[in-house]
Amino acid sequence: MIPASFDYTAPTTLADALAALAQGGDDAKILAGGQSLLPVLKLRMAAPGLLIDLGKIDELRGVRREGDTIVVGAMTTHHDVIADPLVREHLSLLAKTTEQVADAQVRYRGTLGGALAHADPAGDLGAVTVALDAQMRIAGPNGTRSVPAAQFFTDYFTTALAENEILTGIAFDSFAGWGAHYEKFHTVSQAWSTVAVAAAVLVAGGTVTAARVALTNMGPTPIRARAVEAALVDGPASDDAVRAAAQAATEGTAPVDDATAPAAYRSHLARVLTGRAVLAAAG
Amino acid sequence: MTTTEAPPAEIGRARTRKEDQHLITGHSTFTDSIVLPGMVHLAMVRSPLAHATITSIDTTAARKAPGVVGVWTGRDFPEQGGLACAWPITPDMKSPVHLPVPTDTVNHVGEIVAVIAARTKAEAVDAVELVDVQYSELPVVTDLAAARDGSAPVIHGDLGTNVSATWVFDSGEAGTGGNASAAIEAARSDPDQIVVERTFRQQRLIPAYMEPRSTVCDPNGVGDQITIWSATQIPHILRTMLTLSQGIPEGKLRIIAPDVGGGFGGKLEVTPEEVATIMVARQLGKPAKYTETRSETMMAAHHGRDQIQHLTLSARKDGTITGFDVDLTANMGAYLALVGPGVPILGAFMYNAIYKIPAYRFSCTNVFTNEVMTDAYRGAGRPEATFAIERMMDELATELGMDPIEVRRRNWIRHEEFPFTTVAGLTYDSGNYEEATDKALWHFGYDDLRAEQQRRRESGDRIQLGIGTSTFTEMCGLAPSRVLGSLSYGAGGWEAASIRMLPTGVVEVVTGISPHGQGHVTGFSQIVADRLGVPFENVKILHGDTNISAKGLDTYGSRSLAVGGIAVVKAADKVIAKAKTIAAHLLEASEDDIDFAHGTFTVRGTESSVTIGDIALATFTGHNLPDGVESSLDSEAVFDPENFSFPHGTHLCAAEVDTETGKVTIRKYVAVDDVGVVINPLLVDGQVHGGLAQGIAQALYEEAQYSVDGQLTSGTFVDYLVPSAVDLPDYITDKTITPSTSNPLGVKGVGEAGTIASTPAVVNAVLDAVRQFGVADIPMPMTPARVWQAIQDGSTTAGSNSSSMGGAA
Repeated sequence: MIPASFDYTAPTTLADALAALAQGGDDAKILAGGQSLLPVLKLRMAAPGLLIDLGKIDELRGVRREGDTIVVGAMTTHHDVIADPLVREHLSLLAKTTEQVADAQVRYRGTLGGALAHADPAGDLGAVTVALDAQMRIAGPNGTRSVPAAQFFTDYFTTALAENEILTGIAFDSFAGWGAHYEKFHTVSQAWSTVAVAAAVLVAGGTVTAARVALTNMGPTPIRARAVEAALVDGPASDDAVRAAAQAATEGTAPVDDATAPAAYRSHLARVLTGRAVLAAAG
Repeated sequence: MTTTEAPPAEIGRARTRKEDQHLITGHSTFTDSIVLPGMVHLAMVRSPLAHATITSIDTTAARKAPGVVGVWTGRDFPEQGGLACAWPITPDMKSPVHLPVPTDTVNHVGEIVAVIAARTKAEAVDAVELVDVQYSELPVVTDLAAARDGSAPVIHGDLGTNVSATWVFDSGEAGTGGNASAAIEAARSDPDQIVVERTFRQQRLIPAYMEPRSTVCDPNGVGDQITIWSATQIPHILRTMLTLSQGIPEGKLRIIAPDVGGGFGGKLEVTPEEVATIMVARQLGKPAKYTETRSETMMAAHHGRDQIQHLTLSARKDGTITGFDVDLTANMGAYLALVGPGVPILGAFMYNAIYKIPAYRFSCTNVFTNEVMTDAYRGAGRPEATFAIERMMDELATELGMDPIEVRRRNWIRHEEFPFTTVAGLTYDSGNYEEATDKALWHFGYDDLRAEQQRRRESGDRIQLGIGTSTFTEMCGLAPSRVLGSLSYGAGGWEAASIRMLPTGVVEVVTGISPHGQGHVTGFSQIVADRLGVPFENVKILHGDTNISAKGLDTYGSRSLAVGGIAVVKAADKVIAKAKTIAAHLLEASEDDIDFAHGTFTVRGTESSVTIGDIALATFTGHNLPDGVESSLDSEAVFDPENFSFPHGTHLCAAEVDTETGKVTIRKYVAVDDVGVVINPLLVDGQVHGGLAQGIAQALYEEAQYSVDGQLTSGTFVDYLVPSAVDLPDYITDKTITPSTSNPLGVKGVGEAGTIASTPAVVNAVLDAVRQFGVADIPMPMTPARVWQAIQDGSTTAGSNSSSMGGAA
């Protein structure tokens, strides 16, 4: 488990990181916690010539408020996301989901931006950004741009990030007061999600007034379950109504069919887990 | 001298482990910790194909790579001998030549095709990618049934068949019971009997020890020896087998098993990697080290289990068994491992388990496939046997509409019937199945859980409850050399120990067993402290170095205490006998008047005494010894029991099945084990807990899977699911104590009990929860997807309950 040799640089500013990336070209790879990249390197499934470690760039770390927007720095560790008071108040779904990412060791090293840029369809955090319509803030040689989460994830392990761009932060609207739940289904605690569902709902007087639902590992990217949302809104937050709405969870999905779980089983799980996630979020 | 108050008995005390301080404070010495001057590091070029002819190997680029000292292919090792299988189960057993580094053909993914030595490990690994190996692909065999029935291509052309051997036991022929085939035939036409026929699949498992395998070889060892450190369970057997297979004189070899991080049978092997490391070191005249990656462990180290079990059981309608036929197909992999052919045969004597079965037949056919070899894995043959019979007891109960506990009571050997000679020819010395079962039922709250199960069924609850039983026994403490000889095993089963009484009060105990995580140092210290009446802290256990522990047969098969521990006791008794003679002399009394207790020799009826430590010092000085007495208390002993020991117990599992997702959660697990006299309850609990984890893992989580082209698709821990503590329940453990009569301590083995017992308990529980939906069986591991699918399939054919349905093959 020894990676092929590579050069390593750890810039302290975003500008230096972008410069290094520009220089390194397609031979460079961003190191943003390393919880997925390092195993890939050790297995020699990838052999980049240069690793650019973003771990020393303070401006990429931490959670801040910009008016009504909550911005999580891309290099904020999972542990720090969970512990952050702004996240806990405004982004309960992000906090609850991040608590279920991997194990404590990984959560101390891994980062939100790193996980999102890796874009593993079985990763948990993409669904949160898609459900909450997060804006992915991206810096490149020509300045910055913002991409909605739904357009950020483009395929298996593929994002809208260009080769010379860095994900710098994830901007969310406030969801203070919303109920939230991440229903994760996996075979053992260390395993990736077979399927998982992120749900956030607003309930008033027993009626669902707003709903956000997204699915993990039901296709090449996280998938927003808009049909479920539509079926939920203005309906009762009752067991029967929610489970009925959850039947629409598989709309637009393309689950893989593998040894762990046949596609039909994943589709079934998506419906069951959607119902559970929404009911738990509705409290 | 005055006698002091008796210290508390060490045996039975929950001592924390002596071994742990150095292990958990970073002062351990694992094989990979060994660094020698001038040492080269090895990396292996391994076959990516399951079956192919090697057409060419170009090592030119690798040889020129930075730091590379040498590159060897199989042809560069003219001295290499085939790895030996030590267990020819039949005289006509077919065994292919197994070169450590094959020269012409690879027969499974991961076989070594070239070895690279470099100044650093990283340089060696880099050079692996520069070796260009060309292959010509051959047809791949992964299907056991096809390998057995002759429909698959022959893997080893010179053998002409994929069948290695068929081994049969028939109680009619052996005179230990009736003819099972006849009994079952008779039952088929008897309206008062039932015949239950099932096929179960024992999936392939990977022994996931914590420390990957590692070998260091110093060809210029002290005393003109070749010194080999290896992460092995079997330093002694390794030495002998290296001599037999590689022709290195035994006296030239010193094997050291330093700290070894687990094995579970997976390090009971003489490996291609060990031999390759030795060959490179000898050719270079320099020390060499090879430590595998986890991926290499999973791909190239031996696996366990992998059998198809076809079982036929006949019984009267009151539940009394009348006959049992076992037909196995066992996957050996591409070659025969060290004791691989014998692993399923070890189970042959256990399919009848704790039951009085009048007629029994066992047949096992070992076949070759293009997969890595199988060999010992925790339980080795006995988990398969226990699974088969305990599943069949539940199937019988289901067919007859009886309570599964009641079916077992009706058939098991009653306490007053011991010693009992079974239909397989073994004599169980002791046991008390009634007491263990009653205790387990009490802990479990059996009736309450059955009532809850009924309520959940009636209300159609999303969570359904099932109860599984496993009333198991196992033979352990490998062991009687004569029995092993009758099974054509290549070695004995004795164990050796010696004790050295040092002048400073330290007692050095040398054992031939080779601990790798079990806690033997602690347990053996307790035994010796009690026996010799010396402080626990003063006992030093030495092991795992053939120059120190010259004689031994190592650790596997739950033998270390029941065989190795008894050898220690016998050596201690010899020390006491020698010391007594000297005590009598020093106390000026007749030896007949000397009593020995708590480390002190006393002239009976007087205060006149001398401690064993005083006598050790007296033999060191030699100033005042009786005439003709050697100036030493040191003693050695070999113990070869006349019988195995037979731990048993009752395990009960309550499993919740989420019928919407198929997920199984173990709600309650009770393990009442009878392992005889307990030396250290903490160690026993540790062994039971770990054993349960591995047994439950077979039922629910773990499976080594190969694709049809022989690629291991579960080659990392992302795909091979080893459960962690979070995934496992809190266990309720308790014990009954029925001392074994086959050894003077009354002990039995405990290392494998949990693994052997738990798998069927869990599977029975899950099936008990979902049989109501028409589910007849679910193959292991019972993943959520499989459980859910079974419920779907069963529900669509509700009402069918074919007695011929079995597991997927």
